[in-house]
Amino acid sequence: MSAPTPEIRAVSRRLPGGGRIDRSTSFELTVDGVPVAAHPGDTVASALLASGRTHVGTSLYRSRPRGIVSAGVEEPNALIRVRESGSVAESMLPATAVPATDGLEVETLSGRGRLDPGPDTDLYDKKYVHTDVLVIGAGPAGLAAAAEAAATDARVILLDEQTEVGGSLLAGGETVDGRPGIDWVDDVRRDLASRPEATVLTHTTAFGSYDGNFVIALENREAASRAPGQRAAGVSRQRVWHIRARQVVIATGAHERPLVFANNDRPGVMLSSAVRSYVGRYGVAVGARVVVATTNDSAYATVSALQGAGIEVAAVADSRASLSAAASAARQDGVRVLTGTAVVDTVEAGDGTGRVAGAVLGALTPEGTLTGETMAVDCDTVAVSGGWSPVVHLHSQRQGTLVWSDRLAAFVPDQAVDAQQVVGAARGDYLSADIVSRARAVGAAAAARAGWGDAPEPVDSEPTGDGDTRPLWLVPSVAGEDQWENHFIDLQRDSTVSDVLRATGAGLRSVELVKRYTTLSTANDQGKTSAVNAIGVIAGILAGGGGADVSMGDVGTTTFRAPYTPVAFTALAGRERGELFDPARLTSIQEWHVEHGAVFEDVGQWKRPRYYPQGDEDMDAAVNRECLAARTNVAFQDVTTLGKIEIWGKDAPEFLGRIYTNGFKKLVTGKGRYGIMCTADGMVFDDGVSLRLEDDRYFMTTTTGGAARVLDWLEEWLQTEWPDLDVHCTSVTEQWSAIAVVGPRAREVVAKVAPDLDVSQDAFKFMEFRTTTLASGIPARICRISFNGELSFEINVAGWYGRSAWEEVAAAGAEFDITPYGTESMHVMRAEKGLIIVGQDTDGTVTPYDAGMGWVVSKPKDCIGKRSFSRADQEREGRKQLVGLFPVDKSFRLPEGAQLVEKGTPITPEEGPVPMIGHVTSSYFSSNLGRSFALALIKGGHSRLGDIVTAPVNGILMDVEITDSVFYDKEGTKRDG
Amino acid sequence: MLLIDCPYCGPRNENEFTYGGQAHVPYPEDPYELTDEAWGQYLFYRDNQQGEYAERWAHAAGCRRWFNAIRDTRTYQFLAVYSMGAGRPELAFEGGTR
Repeated sequence: MSAPTPEIRAVSRRLPGGGRIDRSTSFELTVDGVPVAAHPGDTVASALLASGRTHVGTSLYRSRPRGIVSAGVEEPNALIRVRESGSVAESMLPATAVPATDGLEVETLSGRGRLDPGPDTDLYDKKYVHTDVLVIGAGPAGLAAAAEAAATDARVILLDEQTEVGGSLLAGGETVDGRPGIDWVDDVRRDLASRPEATVLTHTTAFGSYDGNFVIALENREAASRAPGQRAAGVSRQRVWHIRARQVVIATGAHERPLVFANNDRPGVMLSSAVRSYVGRYGVAVGARVVVATTNDSAYATVSALQGAGIEVAAVADSRASLSAAASAARQDGVRVLTGTAVVDTVEAGDGTGRVAGAVLGALTPEGTLTGETMAVDCDTVAVSGGWSPVVHLHSQRQGTLVWSDRLAAFVPDQAVDAQQVVGAARGDYLSADIVSRARAVGAAAAARAGWGDAPEPVDSEPTGDGDTRPLWLVPSVAGEDQWENHFIDLQRDSTVSDVLRATGAGLRSVELVKRYTTLSTANDQGKTSAVNAIGVIAGILAGGGGADVSMGDVGTTTFRAPYTPVAFTALAGRERGELFDPARLTSIQEWHVEHGAVFEDVGQWKRPRYYPQGDEDMDAAVNRECLAARTNVAFQDVTTLGKIEIWGKDAPEFLGRIYTNGFKKLVTGKGRYGIMCTADGMVFDDGVSLRLEDDRYFMTTTTGGAARVLDWLEEWLQTEWPDLDVHCTSVTEQWSAIAVVGPRAREVVAKVAPDLDVSQDAFKFMEFRTTTLASGIPARICRISFNGELSFEINVAGWYGRSAWEEVAAAGAEFDITPYGTESMHVMRAEKGLIIVGQDTDGTVTPYDAGMGWVVSKPKDCIGKRSFSRADQEREGRKQLVGLFPVDKSFRLPEGAQLVEKGTPITPEEGPVPMIGHVTSSYFSSNLGRSFALALIKGGHSRLGDIVTAPVNGILMDVEITDSVFYDKEGTKRDG
Repeated sequence: MLLIDCPYCGPRNENEFTYGGQAHVPYPEDPYELTDEAWGQYLFYRDNQQGEYAERWAHAAGCRRWFNAIRDTRTYQFLAVYSMGAGRPELAFEGGTR
């Protein structure tokens, strides 16, 4: 933020009449704390100018006074932070595009914004629509194209970033079909409004164009409501439109270019078209005495507008050697037109404001050098037109090609993108009559292409432009050949011709490199006014002032990328924030966990209780208590989140045999089996227990995080390789709730909960399951599955009975002091048994053999991945293998992910790089073992049991012993209670 | 966002689909007859060509069915979609399927 420069000219510059503002209503906004009067229809910039203020924040790097330059989104200088009542403050908006509203708080910025620290409580939403024809831009070209397309009854969407349709016609002075342009605009607007399939969105900027004619646009609905702060409840502040169009018509117009002369950044130097727009559209005289500097005919419309408003035109410096028709007409009207002349410098006002007080004019030779004496002309405004740059951003975002036109002095679209057309000034047609006639043909053709009407394809034609242009990329310096410090190319970045000279002097030739070296065109306006001038300067410098001929086309443009204008993240997020950002999956038992103080962890999208602290327990204390309960008494866990897939069909046994490394054909109905599945390269992919429910029906469980991936995997193989198999897979994860009851006294609890079931060891063996009815009447499937080596039952009930069954277990277990436990205790206990977690102890490079689980690979049958087990790489020495670790210091817990090195390896930077031999995959403190322990992948680990290696951890060299990976109950005596 | 013509559901947004890599790379009849090198070719090597490319897609957030497509990798334009198991079609036409 910058203190505003004192402004002496605090007089109203509002013209007595004219413009599109509603003079019957007045209100005030504040700019840097100063009240500024405005009318509906004003922008912040037009209100400022009307109040007599041209100055905005000083420049970012050089703190030079700066003024309003443009009347649109291309503005490089007039950046503001605004706060509308009830909304969050937004930074780095161009004052030239922000509608003035009652009570708006505006702060001018010096090229750097400030985030509002407060929360943004406004609503933002998205809309997804399809259309036959999308027309982007509602100037003369867009209106004409949309009207013709809509006349066929095609579905048409017309977007425009401005507050109303009309584009350049809003500045007045033009005619269409022999009538005032504004009247024609009103007719088209009414016509489109009467067509039910036509949608016209103002305040809506198409900012990104993607494959398949997918266009994304931002609608500012607050501004559209014209009653800021009074939006109805539930109405979003901004909306992102996702538009899929059969045909796109780009009618985005053109941006006028400034001229690069000495001190071209003084407040009061303004684009010629902007001067005209402020006079004609906003009824504001930007100055009292104007010098016009131009390279083309378009500035003469500004001359007429100024004269019509009674504003003095001190001189017109026209770079072209001879008088054009428009220039002649101006001269006949008494305007002092100087041909072959350029503004070469500006004079600073003597009042300390830095504002322009005069223009220095110089005559140009045909080669572009200065000749004769320069001449100073007093003025308070310099209106500049360096030519026009078609707004080709959306065309280029789709890799639409551009070609340099010397005649137009512009990059214009070359080949149209498939199912797109470019019309109007965006293609280089600058005269209303040319624009409208071609746009009509294009609009009708777009509808026909989309299946509406039978209009012919428009005939190929060159863009018509508007007379001759003599571009001045590099206006000579009066001060001397090496004086380029104040020839500004990018006003927002304070980048000058000097900067480009430094870049080319460093040997850079590519425009992409010069851009990055100088930061030219990298500000938030993305070089809308500066990019082509920069290319001109580069070409001029590379040509070396004669000799080599480096054309603009040779230099080429930088890459156009979305967004065309800045878009707030909050708009892109829409309603997908907070709880809706990544919806959480909750089990039906979730609320019980919350009520009992569980601390949760995210597992995929699931929320799982990690531990249940009691009193002031920390995690370690809670986990110790929970593990002790599960190992010595009884505990229970919500295991609903495990993935569950039903697999049906007469070929289901064969199918599972191919998917899992071990066989499932011979598995008896009523029993379950643990299985591992591998990818074709032989790496462990997922694991879990599958139950055989019937001959042709299995119930597969997967890891919590792997459920969707496994279903995808099964379906892929069934559809792409084995369509002959009669197998169907259905996800039933959400259909079942599951409760693990674990510990030496688990049998007593389950006996109470399921009184109809004989839970004795003889009647109900490990890896069997039974269907029964719980005491409460809930139907259940109970399995004897263990993930920690203890006697364990898993009670499965329909999802909606989850909490009820859980509470039933809690009540039955109360007399045994049953303890709920979370994932952390589960992890500790499974690691004590050396049971892997896929994705934690494996990482896509680990085979079942590497994991020490070769027993799970069936010898007689084939399966996915089995061929890979006999690849030479599997026999390689030094494959990383899963082992256990005991830190020598029994209280030291290794961090998971810690690297392991051979004992005695120097680990100083000088001795590096340090050879790593493995890493820690799981690490815990075990209350059962009375010490810390870990699992690790270590090169050749299976043959190194008993070796000591070292883990460097935060400056400590911790020696660890390599051990077997089963730490607890190696004989498996606990499993049956 | 590509518009992909699912042969079973019609044109849908790209983000409903998952990509399955090069098409017509069948699982070898008998992997054990292959040398390690040939098996490695099946596992790890795919064409990366410029132009018309036959590839697999799955309509994961729709009908969940797999299909093949021919897409021009230079323009991203889909030139044909066809069912799994069908042979690669000859493209006698120019332009897209929609």
